[in-house]
Amino acid sequence: MSSVSTFVKPVSPQHQATGVQGRRKTFEKLIQAFLFVCAGISVATTVCIVVVLLVESVQFFFEVSIVEFLTGTKWTPLLKPQHFGILPLLCGTMLVAVGSAVVSIPVGLGTAIYLSEYAPPRLREVIKPVVEVLAGIPSVVYGYFAVVTISPMIRTVFPSAGPFNAASACIVVGIMTLPMIISLSEDALRAVPRSLRQGAYALGATKYDVTTQVVVPAAMSGIVASFLLAISRAVGETMAVTLAAGATPKATLNPLESIQTMTAYIIQISQGDTPAGTLEHRTIFAVGLTLFIVTLMINLLAQWFLSQVREKYE
Amino acid sequence: MSAKTIDIPDSTSVKPEPLTGDQVMDVGDQTIEIDDPTFTQAPVVDRPNTVGASENTVTRIRTRDLSVFYGEVQALKNISLSVPQHRVTALIGPSGCGKSTFLRCLNRMNDMVDGVRIAGNVWLDDQDVYDTGTDVVELRKRVGMVFQKSNPFPKSIFDNVAYGPRLSGIRNRSELHQIVEHSLKRSALWNEVKERLSDSALQLSGGQQQRLCIARALATDPEILLMDEPASALDPASTARIENLIFELRDRYTIVIVTHNMQQAARVSDRTAFFYEGRMIEDGPTKQLFTTPAEKQTEDYITGRFG
Repeated sequence: MSSVSTFVKPVSPQHQATGVQGRRKTFEKLIQAFLFVCAGISVATTVCIVVVLLVESVQFFFEVSIVEFLTGTKWTPLLKPQHFGILPLLCGTMLVAVGSAVVSIPVGLGTAIYLSEYAPPRLREVIKPVVEVLAGIPSVVYGYFAVVTISPMIRTVFPSAGPFNAASACIVVGIMTLPMIISLSEDALRAVPRSLRQGAYALGATKYDVTTQVVVPAAMSGIVASFLLAISRAVGETMAVTLAAGATPKATLNPLESIQTMTAYIIQISQGDTPAGTLEHRTIFAVGLTLFIVTLMINLLAQWFLSQVREKYE
Repeated sequence: MSAKTIDIPDSTSVKPEPLTGDQVMDVGDQTIEIDDPTFTQAPVVDRPNTVGASENTVTRIRTRDLSVFYGEVQALKNISLSVPQHRVTALIGPSGCGKSTFLRCLNRMNDMVDGVRIAGNVWLDDQDVYDTGTDVVELRKRVGMVFQKSNPFPKSIFDNVAYGPRLSGIRNRSELHQIVEHSLKRSALWNEVKERLSDSALQLSGGQQQRLCIARALATDPEILLMDEPASALDPASTARIENLIFELRDRYTIVIVTHNMQQAARVSDRTAFFYEGRMIEDGPTKQLFTTPAEKQTEDYITGRFG
């Protein structure tokens, strides 16, 4: 580098050139170091969290067998006799995840198809920002909305439902995850080349034919990825389900009953009544680790589907 | 080269009129209607004394004063052109001259463009293409299209070709297979893909993909085939195959091909129309247009002075 510069500017004093260059090089190195630290922070945080989760969980599993944890059907760590079976919490989480998907997948995909294929451009300009507003509503507001609005509506239709029930949590989490499905699916649908649509139209296909037989299948991996990310979000959702679904760990598939999800349980323990360092407190790390593994798996699967999309059109 | 012509009455002096009767043949200023339903082949009318016209044939598509506006921009200006049956009609001209826009008017693919407005008339036989009662889906089954860039669906080779027949409600597997085989043979692709019909169409080479798209268009059994620069993205060998194919297909189909390659137009077409800046400068038998063009602009273009 310096030799090139010397050749180009043979008249400039040597010491001055190296001075400027030296400063430039130091600056470049500083910037690089700063950016490395920035990138390192997220990596270090991830590593720390995983380590803490693992260490605390391992201590927990010294006292509670992993078989009991994974297969037990009772979760009563705060009551005597203590039971540490995670299935009720896992069941609660899955009930909310699946229930919310029942709401969000049809509505979200329908909206995405409408926006991408059917909506006139002006209407799309209106709908898209509204969907983004939906994404910006704090989850505690959704939780409140579930308790004061949705739950009473459910109880009008199904009088047997309790004031806290899984169904209201499902509906509200479904609404919360809608923007994710809509925007990711719409991106996937729009990524389908126009030439494919034209090819189908030229063969005498109707808009419905083109959408259902060409565009949606071509975008399928992106659409599935959006479903998975929405489900992952529903699994990790905390505030709304804590408020709406109640705090009754129960291995039930009845959405009208009160349940407890893994996240809601972690909130319950973290609120401070349970002293740190006790077995009861350590349960949240074991539950947290389980939650982490579940969402990680779903996210990895979603990433794999997204990579399929990229392969197809590049 | 057997030159043939459709004598078009001067568009300024004659009112637009739809073609009537089953088959219509223009001979000079007269219109002869042929009622014989078995009449399918172009008749040869011997008129040795007419310059550039030794053969006449049935007109399948006719446009009259066709104009297209994209918003405020007028992309096509009063195009009046007739397309003869079982002939290859080439549309040539520099980029942006409106030749593709014209082509897309013939199967109403322009309908999907936002802000498009179309004035004038297009008739397919005696059917007004832009009449409100026209079934666009049926029209596009009769008027197939092949695009500039091959656009196979991300499905199997079989499913690509079977797409059109399936739209028409054909579900019978053996019938579909027959159509697929027939179409692939006609597009000269069968021997290359017959062992792997269930493979993804995206695994084919560019030239094979384009022939697959031609097979896909043929599978709906169209009468007219529109080709929008079908070989422009292909290497010379694949281009030659497509051109040979076009030559063979003209026995059964009426073909309109857009090309910016004048040699290609000269090689494959019977008639050529030269477009420039949204206008049709002239049209006529290909040989005549390339050897003795009537207009100065045509001559400048074909001799490579611009474009």
